[in-house]
Amino acid sequence: MKKVPLGSHLVDSFLPWLTCVAMLVALAMVFLYVPNERVQGEVQRIFYFHLPSAWMAFLGFFIVAGASAAFLWQGKRSADLLAQAAAELGMVFCSLVLLTGPLWARPIWGVWWTWDPRLTMTLVLWLIYAAYVLLRVFAGDNETVARYAAVLGIVGVIDIPLLYISIRLWRGIHPKVEQMAPEMAWTLLVCTGAFVCVFTWLLRLRLRSLHLRDEIRALRQHVVAAS
Amino acid sequence: MWAILWKDILLELRTKERVSALFVLALLIILVFVFALTPEQLKQPAFGSALLWVALVFAGMLSIQRALILEQERNCFAGLLLCPIDPGQVFFAKFLSNVFFLTVVEAVVAPLTLALLGLSFSVSLLGLPLVLLLGIIGFSALGTLCAAIAVRTRAREIILPLMLLPLLVPLFIAAVHVTGALLVGEVWTGTWFRVLVAFDVIFVVTGWLTFGFVVQE
Repeated sequence: MKKVPLGSHLVDSFLPWLTCVAMLVALAMVFLYVPNERVQGEVQRIFYFHLPSAWMAFLGFFIVAGASAAFLWQGKRSADLLAQAAAELGMVFCSLVLLTGPLWARPIWGVWWTWDPRLTMTLVLWLIYAAYVLLRVFAGDNETVARYAAVLGIVGVIDIPLLYISIRLWRGIHPKVEQMAPEMAWTLLVCTGAFVCVFTWLLRLRLRSLHLRDEIRALRQHVVAAS
Repeated sequence: MWAILWKDILLELRTKERVSALFVLALLIILVFVFALTPEQLKQPAFGSALLWVALVFAGMLSIQRALILEQERNCFAGLLLCPIDPGQVFFAKFLSNVFFLTVVEAVVAPLTLALLGLSFSVSLLGLPLVLLLGIIGFSALGTLCAAIAVRTRAREIILPLMLLPLLVPLFIAAVHVTGALLVGEVWTGTWFRVLVAFDVIFVVTGWLTFGFVVQE
């Protein structure tokens, strides 16, 4: 079987177990270990999944940008596949942020949604991700699409600082984390670790399936040419 | 580069179809809003500025798409790329022709919109054209790049707005704010104006540098 670049089979056999354990520990900490937040109560526990999801969504975006630049620079197929896998995963985590946010906002703010800078920013990022994924769907799959997607990935990242400035200037009630009890900080840390594991594992799975797809295509062409 | 730009303008002078279609479309969009809103809402300068930009963005999107579909349909892009010039120059030609057409359309639509809404524009005779032009420049730069991608896919009509609109958010917010400030006679050369200029500079350069990756065969 063709190996996925970035790491070895050892990582692939080890990572699912690590993810499993990290996720179980994270869940246990969120529900059993960490104390209730004084003002918000139980509902605040969603924060330990909300914030790591947001970080993973941003991580995805930066991987897309880096891989896109690398692809335009060197034209390596693996960079293009990495960008595709990271964009799909980034969109999944971005969706998680947009789902867990309102679940918390409804009891605390009294509304599902508000046009706060961070919410707006996440929504716009989700839309850019969606455009990127749809571009790949609509444009089929060949060498040229990879270039289009890479250009869009880079333009998207260039847009982020401008988006950030303009949305920041535009409105402002998202809570800022000021001080955390040590239990809370630990829980957040473990949750982030678990999310990094999930992200990496899923990324590698998706990358492998994309590489396999390439391989199957090459084989099929080979068979057609031979017969 | 000037030859391509002149070719686009000449084509339009002979047919006059793009500018006239855009003009009617922009008016129709404004009409839809006039029906959707109450007369009291329409009198507010904030709505006037939002309306101007909504009409510009939607009409502009079609204009930009048209410019590149024309090239794509008869495979003229291949011809353009065979020319011994840098793809960046093809980008500038397409970008400038879009700026030109949208400016022509907007020169009629903007005063007309303000007049239809009963807003005074005497306070902003210098500022308004400048802001509109800056908005058109940013929009055309990003739009030309995205449209060059979109016309080469299936479902090109759908994919262009999907790509372009979220990326345009900073431009749109900034332009609406500057225009709003202009219409009520406030200071308009503040932070929003700078965001608008920054957007223009950044995306003209980005378009120029990355266009080659999009159009190469």
